[in-house]
Amino acid sequence: MGTALQIVVCAGIVPDPLQTLEPTTGPNGPGLKNEMVLPAVLDPWAACALYEAAGLAAKHPGSKLWLVALGPKAKLQQVMMTVAQKVAFELVPVDGPIGGFPDAHSTAAALASAIEAISGLDRAQLFIFGGWESASRGAGVTLQLIGECLDIADQFFGVDQIDLRDDGSFEVLERVEGGKHQVSVCASAPAVLGWATGNLAEPRNNPQIGMSNMRTMMPALQRAKTVALEANSLEYISVSLPKQQRTTRVEKNMTPDEIAAELVAWIGKDS
Amino acid sequence: MESILVLTHTDESGSALTKHSLEAVTAGVELATGLEAPLTIGIVAADASALASTVANAGAKLLGVSGLAFAQPRFASDAAACEALCRTAQATIVLAPQSARFARVMAAVAHRLNGVIDTHIAALAGTDSIEATRWFYRQRIEAVVTRAARPWFLLLDSGTHAAYAGEAGNQRVEEIAVDLPALRTEVTGIRAPKQDEQTIRPDAKLLFVAGAGWTKKQPDGEIHADQAGKLILDFIRRSSASLGSSKSLVDQGGEGGSVLPFLTHMNQVGQTGSTPRHAKGLSTCCHGEEPHVVGWRFIGERRAISLDANCGWTRGKADVVYIADAFQVMAKLNELLNS
Repeated sequence: MGTALQIVVCAGIVPDPLQTLEPTTGPNGPGLKNEMVLPAVLDPWAACALYEAAGLAAKHPGSKLWLVALGPKAKLQQVMMTVAQKVAFELVPVDGPIGGFPDAHSTAAALASAIEAISGLDRAQLFIFGGWESASRGAGVTLQLIGECLDIADQFFGVDQIDLRDDGSFEVLERVEGGKHQVSVCASAPAVLGWATGNLAEPRNNPQIGMSNMRTMMPALQRAKTVALEANSLEYISVSLPKQQRTTRVEKNMTPDEIAAELVAWIGKDS
Repeated sequence: MESILVLTHTDESGSALTKHSLEAVTAGVELATGLEAPLTIGIVAADASALASTVANAGAKLLGVSGLAFAQPRFASDAAACEALCRTAQATIVLAPQSARFARVMAAVAHRLNGVIDTHIAALAGTDSIEATRWFYRQRIEAVVTRAARPWFLLLDSGTHAAYAGEAGNQRVEEIAVDLPALRTEVTGIRAPKQDEQTIRPDAKLLFVAGAGWTKKQPDGEIHADQAGKLILDFIRRSSASLGSSKSLVDQGGEGGSVLPFLTHMNQVGQTGSTPRHAKGLSTCCHGEEPHVVGWRFIGERRAISLDANCGWTRGKADVVYIADAFQVMAKLNELLNS
């Protein structure tokens, strides 16, 4: 277990899942109403990737962990105040638009450029981590495109587990249809791993880790490169909330026997 | 003029195209008919020719990539296979199922062909231009998109089209040679629960969702997680339903709370879980947060059992809400299903 790893975690920021979202259209295309003031969090699946990366780095002394995130600087700073207390990492911020509506190809190109610019990155030991899908665009393509931009030929998605072996090879469990995992063995890094939930719980806040992260985080935010994301011909014809209102029948006075009988009939009926 | 390529792959057995692939074929046939565009179907398999009869009468040219390397779902080989099929077909529109196998590679293939990709497509429409419907923010906002760039790759969600079921026939498959890169990854197997312990059933008519209320204190002041587990599993076995769970219930295991040992994060529906498609859904002991609603976006008929008559999520979102003790109802329900 002596191999020092280099792990780059790509993670976006998204509105807190409990927020009510309302789409609007502005001069730059669709967005969310009051997007900049909505409480934001690190993308949930990417957060799982970050915790798994930290767990892996802890098992391999000398490993290094970067967090590459694209978003408006002010918003990144706000979210990082919390994230920085979870695990030790070096932030690589990219100052750009927020939200799920920009094109994934442009987003991936910007993130790949940021990764390529990381000083001292050893491709032979490199793992690119991230969420297998975001909670904003939810396309599941950004990480894959980053891997292509970086010429990484082994990619895994829906990852729940990685086991590194002494010879540098590793076993990966990827989610496939029907609640199953596909098991693969890859010879060595580099590789891209798009994480599902993994197995690790969210670490408790640790103010000492936060203080340590902040020393490099604030200067990194100040010098974050600003990028504009091209549309790549992506055009939105409509963006709307779903029409989800149903007429709900609320049954307060039925006995368990009556409810069970009604449910059996309903389950057996062809819809 | 557009030209359409549908990419397909085999199921685990290797002896048939997946249902999801056949759904993509239907989408391709419909799109090609609407646009009066030529249609090509590409097959990735150990032996593509052996699978051609299923789609031989789809009115499409058939291309295949065959070989043992393509029996395994793996990024390097699948990306190379799909790239070769796309380069041969020279299609402007590439449709493929949003399966684990193709979702793993198709963005990379689009990148290699200087194309663009959109995924999780729920519907295709348009006459002058192709319009694709997909969801953003975990099924909370619906958008219709189009692109002028080509080739345009579109990954179709399962259940959005009927599976192609044309008559079997004979048609020659043009086998395409693939220049494979060095393969550094080997698929060693599939890890799955035992047959009778498998609770995730994508093809089930009914999704049963268990919420955190199952492991909360009951009217007698005690937690009855064992009884809850038995009731839920009995129901799943007897109804052949698929089992979903709220995040809070799954997370309880990691937080030292009472757990239902058969639940994993793979059962989770909602924001950080899946958004499955089933004809019917029955939720039990779920409380009223938007993430649960998100998980139900593609459920047809929805019913809920809850003790909370004022639960916000059920109003306007479920068709019927029974205000009752789920322990009592499920016990009776299992009795009836068993009789």
